Amino acid sequence: MIVRTQPSRRHWCVASLALLAVAAAPTGARAAADPFEGDPFKSHQWSELRKEFLGAQARFVFDERVQVKGPAFAEDPMNVPITVSADLPGVQRIVVLVDRNPIRKVLELQPLLAQPAVSFRFKLEQASPVRAAAQTADGVWHVGGTLVDSAGGGCTVPGGSRADGSWTQTLGQVSGRLFSAAPGPDAGARLRLRVMHPMDTGLVNGIPAFHLSRLSVRDAGNRELLRLQTFEPVSENPVLSFDFARPPPGPLRIVGVDNNGNRIDSKVD
Amino acid sequence: MFWLRRWAVALLFCSLTVALAEAPVVRMAGFDLGLKARALAPGVYVVEGANDDFSLANGCNIINTGFITTGAGVLVINTGPSKRYGEQLRALIARTTAEPVAQVLHLNLHPDYFLGNQAFANVPRAATVGTRAGMQREAKAYEDNLYRLCGDWMAGTEALLPNETVGPGPLRIGSREFELREYRGHTDSDLVLIDRSSGVAFVGGLVFASRVPTTPHADPKAWLRSLDELPVARMAQVVPSHGPVQGGLAGIQQTRAYIGWLDQQFTRWAEAGWEMNEVLRGPVPEPFRQFAAWPAEYTRNVAHLYPRYERAALQRSKAP
Repeated sequence: MIVRTQPSRRHWCVASLALLAVAAAPTGARAAADPFEGDPFKSHQWSELRKEFLGAQARFVFDERVQVKGPAFAEDPMNVPITVSADLPGVQRIVVLVDRNPIRKVLELQPLLAQPAVSFRFKLEQASPVRAAAQTADGVWHVGGTLVDSAGGGCTVPGGSRADGSWTQTLGQVSGRLFSAAPGPDAGARLRLRVMHPMDTGLVNGIPAFHLSRLSVRDAGNRELLRLQTFEPVSENPVLSFDFARPPPGPLRIVGVDNNGNRIDSKVD
Repeated sequence: MFWLRRWAVALLFCSLTVALAEAPVVRMAGFDLGLKARALAPGVYVVEGANDDFSLANGCNIINTGFITTGAGVLVINTGPSKRYGEQLRALIARTTAEPVAQVLHLNLHPDYFLGNQAFANVPRAATVGTRAGMQREAKAYEDNLYRLCGDWMAGTEALLPNETVGPGPLRIGSREFELREYRGHTDSDLVLIDRSSGVAFVGGLVFASRVPTTPHADPKAWLRSLDELPVARMAQVVPSHGPVQGGLAGIQQTRAYIGWLDQQFTRWAEAGWEMNEVLRGPVPEPFRQFAAWPAEYTRNVAHLYPRYERAALQRSKAP
């Protein structure tokens, strides 16, 4: 008898949860029914993570239109490649968060005239969900994510250019290229950049946090195409990709600054 | 339903017998790796590992090691991934021949080539200058990584480094004449040992038979050159470090095809502006997808190698 009643009760619970989820999205009201607030990864960090980085009262919804692509496992925890794209109209900003990293915010993109998409690599300290939250014009955060397994240690190991001291020779140098046809579905052009910077997390003994903090891309007419904030977890010598519906008029100007006030100012033809 | 179940059982049985034909039977109880010596020529033995990725189920034994009697003691080629492997290899050698072990040779710096060394502590252990330096540099990371992947199979394992330097050229032990050749590409120093009389060639990491090659220290273009320079005319049989030892020289072709494809395709994708995640999900020819360790090893290939192709493409600010 007991064996029979249990599944039916569970079915009832699942059904009511599903009903709640349908009726209540987007809202925080699900918290009472589900301690994970509908998080597909059932992460204990999620609730605090969204309160801290999206706002305690901010409305959010888990949305598969926000895609986060990464490898199944981090072969190199210092350089985990992530591609984020939001198939949504009117995306104002995209925030990338990592539940189980000691520093959880990786970057924030304001796409402006670019597509709501970005690719980068970051340092992963241990296996974790990697999330992207895209805020639409109505203020709602649309959240997607992927799980990346890792042997660990990405944030607490010095990068190569820090270990051998070579970073001083290349700090702030930019190499970049505008590709006319990107492999993405509707991207007419892709800008790929590599900015030389040690991107120290501050978590390695005796090496303070030292990282790029802002980057902005402008076209030949000085229109700002996109604005990016980068934080400690972004990998050493960041490689970044941005997509555009149409090729922007170049040369493009890349300007930026790190947390020590060193300026980036470079052109990409 | 009954016939369906029978079918499933038959299928399972088939796949099991195929697996057994290649991989040793590992028993978790007693940590028995089931090592077996197979004679490729009189006195020339290979000890085959599973054609797979490191795992608890295979005892992290994915390498083909070997040993050769010389009349003046046994030459051991690589010592496996752990203390347990080293001990079981030494016991296997003692069961197979009355000759004592005289010399250990390491073909490159990777962990399964030398982490069995504790069982050969009283024997001279030789590697090239580059391999010795690399082992010294990486030993700690290897131990950490293999303990994580292999758990108790690694119990008691500590890196015991080689204590002799060897270079390319002829090598004579007892009645055997060997030819040692040093290449690069899989690592910075890839040693190949050819037994002159039998033509059996232990080609180390330069060749992966029916398995996705590993690339943490690889230089694809140098690797391709090395494969072209192998003296195949003097090689009757190739013993790759990974993958079955039954394909004659076919492993060389497989490795050449895969590394060549990877080099060309990564160049093309980098020149087209592809991101690493697009490369990870890019189209890969079906024969390569049939290799053992697919797709995990390809994920590692991309992580190790694609950034270099990317860097080259970005430093050319305009397409050529």
